[in-house]
Amino acid sequence: MEEKRKRNQPSDIQSAHEEWQQSYQKQMGKQQVIRNRSGLEVDPLYSPADSNNIFFNERLGFPGQYPFTRGIYPTMHRGRTWSQRQLIGLGTPDDYNERVMKLLDSGTSAISLLPCNSTFRGLDCDEIQEVLLGTCGTIINTIDHMETCLAGVPIEEISTAMNDPLPFTLLAFLLGVARRRGIPWERITGTSNQSDYISHFVANHMFFRLSLTGSRRMLLDHIAFCREKVPNWNPVSVVGQHMQQAGATPAETMGFTLSTAIQYAEDCLVRGMDIDSVLTRFTFFFDISISFFEEVAQFRAGRRIWARIARERLGALDPRSWRFKFHGQTSGVDLTRQQPLNNIARVTTQAIVGILSGLQSMHTDAYDEAISCPTEEAARIAVNTQNILREEAHLCDVIDPLGGSYYIESLTDQMEVEINSVIEKIDAAGGMFKAVESGLVQAMIGESALSFQRQIESGDQKLVGVNCYQLDEDQEVEPAPYRPNPDAVKALAESFKEYKAARSKSTVQRAIDNLARAANSENDNLFEQVVTAAEKGVTHGEIVACLRRELGEGKPIIKA
Amino acid sequence: MHESEVQMESPPRVLITKIGLDGHDRGSRIVAAYLRDAGMEVIYTPPWQTIDAVVGISRQEDIDIIGLSSLATDHLIIPELMTTLTNEGLDAVRVVVGGIIPQNEIQKLLDSGVSKVFGPGTLREEIIDNVKSLALSAQKLKRQKWEEA
Repeated sequence: MEEKRKRNQPSDIQSAHEEWQQSYQKQMGKQQVIRNRSGLEVDPLYSPADSNNIFFNERLGFPGQYPFTRGIYPTMHRGRTWSQRQLIGLGTPDDYNERVMKLLDSGTSAISLLPCNSTFRGLDCDEIQEVLLGTCGTIINTIDHMETCLAGVPIEEISTAMNDPLPFTLLAFLLGVARRRGIPWERITGTSNQSDYISHFVANHMFFRLSLTGSRRMLLDHIAFCREKVPNWNPVSVVGQHMQQAGATPAETMGFTLSTAIQYAEDCLVRGMDIDSVLTRFTFFFDISISFFEEVAQFRAGRRIWARIARERLGALDPRSWRFKFHGQTSGVDLTRQQPLNNIARVTTQAIVGILSGLQSMHTDAYDEAISCPTEEAARIAVNTQNILREEAHLCDVIDPLGGSYYIESLTDQMEVEINSVIEKIDAAGGMFKAVESGLVQAMIGESALSFQRQIESGDQKLVGVNCYQLDEDQEVEPAPYRPNPDAVKALAESFKEYKAARSKSTVQRAIDNLARAANSENDNLFEQVVTAAEKGVTHGEIVACLRRELGEGKPIIKA
Repeated sequence: MHESEVQMESPPRVLITKIGLDGHDRGSRIVAAYLRDAGMEVIYTPPWQTIDAVVGISRQEDIDIIGLSSLATDHLIIPELMTTLTNEGLDAVRVVVGGIIPQNEIQKLLDSGVSKVFGPGTLREEIIDNVKSLALSAQKLKRQKWEEA
């Protein structure tokens, strides 16, 4: 390190640097080692000695130029700021529609749909305890429910993020609604969030899972169908969020996420798909933690690594394939139940990180998300946090404003090395599919989670209100959590029964039989049959039950 | 050495599990590791257990204390578990809950028979001490019931 420093500096700067070093050491005495969340040691100061000015174009280049370290578009947030995409989902389809119309009025430029955990678990509302329904997302079981959710929403103009794990019934319902309205599927834009089944095996969240091999086929059929029939839809969103929430460090998260993207891309290649037509529709989805500079460096390094992987490893020729498009969600893991209003400060900090990292789309958490589904006021403050940062804080005046900082560039390089070593580890294990099947990735994440928790226990990692600056618990009054109106839930469950009874039994049975047949024939596109079944009135739970029977269920591969 | 450790006849048998719809298990895995490191017998299950499965494991494994983690409203069905445990004659088993339990819903859980609710940020020692002493009282109760029978 010292050698490099000497080499890089003219002698006058070098002597000034040495002088600073001496006075720093004199005042600080024995130096305490400081590490970031990825375990990288961080120096007290960075200077021209740390900067690597050679190969500028190859390492950084300019925005919109390979390898995109400074941003994937020439204009970045000057040309167009990020999409404000708040996660929305609560109660009944009517509740959802009311909330989404309010958010559209308040300036949200893209919508999302978060279904109830029962939907995520592959169940209809008549299959679980009523008291759980609609508490964590919107109850959606049928094409009619989707129609109610989207009443008055111009789905041909606005992009929709569906939190829609395999077998993608929500997209099937959306396409059905589009057909009812006479909107061609080419005009439907948005993303299948939660299409990343590997991430659902990496972390046990709330998703029902088909067997790993069944999932692999389902995703590929989904990609193939969308390329042909819904060309402006992003069928794949590779999700780093689950890994980071489960405890992976930022460097591990980026490494695992890129390894997952490699796996999906290579699977598409095996299927004979054209790599560019696949990769131009890839998107990424990350948690943004409060570890400020580390996160910025992680995203800058991620852009650079992905560009190289897409171009050199996967052989993509279209520059659009090399672009690392990502959505960021401020990390709920950093939020505390203690003194919940403090979370507004945390979310603001995380959102600044996201903006300075050059993201394309963002969700800011509401301060009460550590307690329940956001209340209306908390949801509004979360949107306004983005509005304030965009309109008042001058954060978008300059592209990649931290670029060129001695520290940021040095850290970007260090994170790149760290991330690449994670990718190499996964490659050595035979790729991400195998590394998850064997439990390797889960074990790595479990260790990181435990080690972070020990830092909190020991006080090395401070959490305001948790292990320092605590208030007497009794003095705090928490906001009451959101709970759906039980009468509305009961009415929905009743009307669902009527809906099922009113269908033609033979039509439903035929659609389910066709789905089962497709599951056992590699020549059929399975997702196409899901769409047909959804349009014929087959419910979400019935579609999942059929595929669970035919393709098997994915059991958790995580041990304590 | 804590007093409870001296009195404990056999190490506490703890079931760490999640019922309902949510599977976020970072917390339950960490708590399981803490309790195991503290010398307890920990049975750990994957998430998404049914109430009947939890009752079955508790009986089969002679569980002293069940630790449930709830992060996304699944605590709303814990009273149903408590009733089932009692109906199945397992009322000596103590139940503790950790995770995101809104303040105004804690009392409902305690009223249903839950011994203790740990919020986020609870320190390791507090969990271990409480689990130990509750397990001890469960063991005593079980012994009484056995002697009476």
